Amino acid sequence: MTFDRKAFDRRRFLWSAAAGSGAALASRIVTAAAGVGPAGMPAGTLESSTYDTLPGKLPLIKRAWRPPNFETPTRYFSEAFTPNDAFFVRYHLANIPEVDATTWRLAVGGDAAGKSVEFTLEQLQREFDVVELAAVCMCSGNRRGLSDPHVPGVEWGNGAMGNAKWKGVRLKDVLARVGVAAGALEVVFEGADGPVMPQTPDFAKSIPVWKALDENTLIAWEMNDEPLPHWNGFPARVVVPGWTATYWMKHVTSIRVLGQPFQSFWMNPAYRIPKGRFPVVDRFLSQESETSTPITEIVANSLITNLREGMLYKADSPLFVRGIAWDGGYGIARVEVSHDGGKLWALAELGPDLGRYSWRQWTFPLIPTAGEHVVMAKATNRIGATQTFDLVFNPAGYHNNVVQRTSIVCR
Amino acid sequence: MRSITLAMLLAAAGLAHAGEDAIELKDAPGRKLVEANCVACHSLDYIPMNSPILDRKGWERTVAKMVKVMGAPVSEDDARAIVEYLQANYGK
Repeated sequence: MTFDRKAFDRRRFLWSAAAGSGAALASRIVTAAAGVGPAGMPAGTLESSTYDTLPGKLPLIKRAWRPPNFETPTRYFSEAFTPNDAFFVRYHLANIPEVDATTWRLAVGGDAAGKSVEFTLEQLQREFDVVELAAVCMCSGNRRGLSDPHVPGVEWGNGAMGNAKWKGVRLKDVLARVGVAAGALEVVFEGADGPVMPQTPDFAKSIPVWKALDENTLIAWEMNDEPLPHWNGFPARVVVPGWTATYWMKHVTSIRVLGQPFQSFWMNPAYRIPKGRFPVVDRFLSQESETSTPITEIVANSLITNLREGMLYKADSPLFVRGIAWDGGYGIARVEVSHDGGKLWALAELGPDLGRYSWRQWTFPLIPTAGEHVVMAKATNRIGATQTFDLVFNPAGYHNNVVQRTSIVCR
Repeated sequence: MRSITLAMLLAAAGLAHAGEDAIELKDAPGRKLVEANCVACHSLDYIPMNSPILDRKGWERTVAKMVKVMGAPVSEDDARAIVEYLQANYGK
């Protein structure tokens, strides 16, 4: 199928002008110079990325317009919770409806459920215990752009993640209402967004039934005390604390309990890691093959949030290195910092514990001497898992928790 | 007529963003074909974003994925010409 781009643009303009669509509100409030992202990203990514604005969002790092993939600038990670209007946006498919919360329905059932029940948002809010927890929502492909060699996909820097308080109901309580059969294996989520062409595989994801029944797995409608932004799954999304965001279905409309492995492009071959290469505990046995397995929990990781590569700082006076550390829900035990390129390490001071699925802020006070300092941070979690110094290469660029180096000059 | 139908579909579904208009692919033989075949499902910045990291084989795999997995209705001849353009202008 081919068509004339000019005709397409003209039509789109006419329609936008007439109908005043949400899409037409997308504006270029800020257009920064080229080169948005850390060193080591593909040259084409740095050149084509811009600071751009989706409706209702602050200017974020635009990696791709449609489907929209927008990254949170590092400066927002200096806050314990990432502001909703700065929270990253990630979609696979471009047909994204604006969902009306009053007509939205959640269908819960499946061949390994006792019955099917449809819920309104009000029913969910009224008929179940409402709970809230803090959790990192991180795209599986965060830092893909730093893979060496580079791999295709959305070329994320450090910002395809955020930390938020999620309020909603426990998925296990909702599943109890329909009944989970003894032979239930997986729970499948589908959302209101979908493909442009009907032949494109619709985005759908499953998790093992044990993870669905974990008391921390939620159907959430609030994020940081506000309704979910449209671009983060309004009116409700699945929250799977500790696991990467591919399972956190946005605009969720269907939850099915299955007695057999769910077959979908988005489960296999997409979102797979080679077996046995990463120190993860949670396994998704019903989806494992001989060589690969679905990505599950987030690996231990950290980020320095207040130093800028190559910047000048004052020598012989206090410099507070600040950052965050997170993992798949075991909790951060310690963060070590080096400012001599990794020769000597010392413990950073950890900030308040906001829950084991939240990231942990940390501070490292330093009085730097004049000269160049290579600052590095390394997080270790409560089960002793830590970051790597060398990339564990994999074809999709997942689980990049390489200890990063930030060079600064002090004078 | 097919082209107008597709354009109308895209617009009616509110799928396109105004910000996309700033994206300019390199002007070289095959550009129009790439724009015509790819822009229905995704903005064109996906191409420069993924450069220069793919060699000819890499672009062949990517275009084949779009056709075979994602269901892009692209003829074999067009797919070959698209790979040619991507390799020449956004290849490693």
